[in-house]
Amino acid sequence: MESPAEIIQHTAGGAIGLSWLMIVLPLLGALILLVLNRRTDRWGHLLGVAMSLASFVVAVLAFVELLGLGEAERRQAVHLYEFIPGMVDMGLLIDPLSISFALLITGVGSLIHIYSIGYMSHDPDRRRFFAYLNLFVAAMLLLVLSDNYVGLFIGWEGVGLASYLLIGFWQFKPSAAVAAKKAFVVNRVGDLGLLVGMFIVWTSFGTLAFADLGTKVGTASDGTLTAIGLLFLLGACGKSAQLPLQSWLLDAMEGPTPVSALIHAATMVTAGVYLVVRSGGFFFPEGSPQALAVAIVGAATLLAGAIIGCAKDDIKKGLAGSTMSQIGYMMLGAGLGPVGYAFAIGHLITHGFFKANMFLGAGSVMHGMNDEVNMRKYGGLRKHMPITFVTFLVGYLAIIGFPLLSGYFTKDGIIETAVHHQPVLGWLAVLGAGLTGFYMSRMVFMTFFGEKRWDKDAHPHESPAVMTWPLIILSIGSLFLGGYLILSNRLMLWLSPAVGRPEVLPEFHFLSTPGLATLGLVAVGAAFAWMRYGRATVPVVAPRGSFLTTFARRDLYGDAINESLLMRPGQWLTRFAVYFDNRGIDGLVNGLAAGIGGSSGRLRRLQTGFARTYALSILIGAALVTGALLLVGNI
Amino acid sequence: MGETITFWVLAVISVGAALGMVFNRKAVYSALMLGTVMLCLAVLYAVQEAPFLAAVQIIVYTGAVMMLFLFVLMLVGVDSSDSLVETLRGQRFWAAIAGLGFAALIVLAVGNAVFSTQAGLAAATAQGGYIRSIALLLFTKYVFAFEITSALLITAALGAMVLAHREREEKKVTQKEQSRARFLGDRPSPLPGPGTYARNNAIDMPALLPDGSVAESSVNRYIARYDVERGLLPEDPKLAEAIKHRAEEESK
Amino acid sequence: MTTHYLILSGLLFAIGAIGVLTRRNAIVVFMCVELMLNACNLAFVTFARQVGNLEGQIIAFFVMVVAAAEVVVGLAIIVTIFRTRRSASVDDVNLLKY
Repeated sequence: MESPAEIIQHTAGGAIGLSWLMIVLPLLGALILLVLNRRTDRWGHLLGVAMSLASFVVAVLAFVELLGLGEAERRQAVHLYEFIPGMVDMGLLIDPLSISFALLITGVGSLIHIYSIGYMSHDPDRRRFFAYLNLFVAAMLLLVLSDNYVGLFIGWEGVGLASYLLIGFWQFKPSAAVAAKKAFVVNRVGDLGLLVGMFIVWTSFGTLAFADLGTKVGTASDGTLTAIGLLFLLGACGKSAQLPLQSWLLDAMEGPTPVSALIHAATMVTAGVYLVVRSGGFFFPEGSPQALAVAIVGAATLLAGAIIGCAKDDIKKGLAGSTMSQIGYMMLGAGLGPVGYAFAIGHLITHGFFKANMFLGAGSVMHGMNDEVNMRKYGGLRKHMPITFVTFLVGYLAIIGFPLLSGYFTKDGIIETAVHHQPVLGWLAVLGAGLTGFYMSRMVFMTFFGEKRWDKDAHPHESPAVMTWPLIILSIGSLFLGGYLILSNRLMLWLSPAVGRPEVLPEFHFLSTPGLATLGLVAVGAAFAWMRYGRATVPVVAPRGSFLTTFARRDLYGDAINESLLMRPGQWLTRFAVYFDNRGIDGLVNGLAAGIGGSSGRLRRLQTGFARTYALSILIGAALVTGALLLVGNI
Repeated sequence: MGETITFWVLAVISVGAALGMVFNRKAVYSALMLGTVMLCLAVLYAVQEAPFLAAVQIIVYTGAVMMLFLFVLMLVGVDSSDSLVETLRGQRFWAAIAGLGFAALIVLAVGNAVFSTQAGLAAATAQGGYIRSIALLLFTKYVFAFEITSALLITAALGAMVLAHREREEKKVTQKEQSRARFLGDRPSPLPGPGTYARNNAIDMPALLPDGSVAESSVNRYIARYDVERGLLPEDPKLAEAIKHRAEEESK
Repeated sequence: MTTHYLILSGLLFAIGAIGVLTRRNAIVVFMCVELMLNACNLAFVTFARQVGNLEGQIIAFFVMVVAAAEVVVGLAIIVTIFRTRRSASVDDVNLLKY
């Protein structure tokens, strides 16, 4: 394989030199919106959109400038300032990987900003929403652009904070508040992994900068690398909702739909994939146990997410399950080494488009259906929301891997590579694709086809242009982006300065065995969904269903496992600690105090007030002293 | 030899007197016993080449301090004698244990100590004699302490005055007011003197008025009470009746 | 002879102490204190002669002065207390307690 290019210090100005503006602009927007508060109610959303768009423009300019450089010079480090003197320099790394992310974040992010103008138009706190969105964009950009793990971690925590604020945006709903808290807590577990991993990196190599790690990483033992890799994987699992830290993502759908589209589908949840790919050259060498662990986690999650998606009646939760599943594909790809990185990142980008597209489509449906999320109360919406329907359909076809659409190329790329390198995991991924075909078809059929099962006061209507135009743009991306990136290995060649590339470039086979198997299973899944939900009547109240259905509806008992494995023992522990504190520590302290108090109360009685008693004790004392002196013999 | 005899005599007397002081119920007797001890000690001082101290002991202690004690006893009440019942539990027992134990320890310590022959004060008083030597020490080496004792004495005198002083709470009755009250009262004239027409001239015998009746007010109330209490009433029933009546008046 | 004087002094002191502890009349207690002071003075005078130094007598002299001042103030206090409480018993003055 070819290793990545050297990181060179960027000296010239230009768009790359100004790339810090990408982060600062949305941060400034968030600051202005939060500080000026209600005074910005009227124009706050416009400022938010403007800042996001400005950031996008800078990203595009930097991208263009990067394209103009030779392949060996495409890793430009921009030094900003000394963060911790002598230890950490804060700087940005502009390379194909980070700029791809930046384009995705600012591009899709801007579209979602625009969409939110319409979606949140009735919300009195729209300005605050845009402030948080801007904060998120800034943090996410810091995460992907930073040239060291410290900056990455700050961004990592920043997106966690923004995610928390946005999931709990409607904090008056107890469910939203609880979901936000859950996301925050579960993410902390992953963050701890990342943090401890960083500690080990620091103690082992004395640096956290990507530029220095490349040369120093060879000095460490395999055990150290495995420890770091597994800890980073834990961090990635937390942020990307992979098993076993997946439970927060489904609840996170309590947030406004644009949030689900931006943070919990397109960008933030892919940060784990970014972490693995970015650290791939250092801590996940091909064939190492930690890389295998990444692939296994990915494969397990893609199946789990797909199974959950099959049973959810809540359209957003169905999509959330799908997101889990698709990120599972990315992790699987990332676990395969440089040969899979390009497909993982490609799937990440196309997924960012079509999943954001579908989430926004779902938001558009909800917008027209009085915020109803239960798909059993939809049905036959295609005539009432034609644009939403068409764009959603494009996203749907893309995700199930309909030939020649975006998802087809990127997902099949991952599956083929996986079948080639890890056959077991690869065939599991094929199975997952079949499940994807089923649950996504189910979603489309239940929502847009069949008879109307609406509530009485529902008056479905198409959303305003400010919401449909982002859908259209995203669906165009969902149509063609995948083919453009994967065919003739464009993305792999483009990314190779950042992540390296295999010696032999893979060829895309349109008629490979796994590809055909995938298509066949997807078709079976879709047909099954048509029989169950397209042709047949969908009951408005969910039937009890089999054991498997319940299993999937309950999120594979993820919450139950967490409760019984972590929460209850934790509660027992705390109860014991409280008991110990009350009885043991407090008992000791209080007992000591009570003992002293009691004995003092008794000693107090010696103060009788009778001068003669005192005189007696004085005389006895004098006698004792005299006796002691006599005994000692000094008298 | 003379000193030994003197010591033993005085030691026995002083210890006896001290014990008497402690165990006597009446405070006045205790004071007299203390005076005895002090006089004995004064003699012992004199025997031990301390004539100046002996004089001071007699003048200051026996003369001034003891008189002060007696004076206060008069103020507080001579008659009052302590109750013998001990109110504090175990006080006497432990006091005896501690006191005797302390005494035993002292005796043990002193008895065990080996003293060289007495140096005597002859050398110390060789220059200019005893009184000069004392004065020399007092007004040179100890002059500062000596002056401070003067401050102490003045402070003590002031303190005693402040403590014993009682603020007059009502206006002083003038002679004019007294005289007016007397003439407005029942009897402007002085009370009749006792025994004026009595068969024996005694102050506890009421006077007889010209008509032969008894003048009750001529006998002092306290004396009347004294007579009744001691059963010293005269034989004449009329007079005895008058004294009893007078005593009852007093007790009202 | 020194030993005899000192033992006499110790005996008088102990008797005075027992008196202080057992008598309740404040004036008698005071007398016992005086007795103890006198016992000390006797020891001082004895030691003065024993070591051939006049300073013991000087100290005894100061003790007398201080005792005189103490008696003046103490008796004034007793009179004041007696005036307000109609009692000279040391046990009656026991309000300063637990």
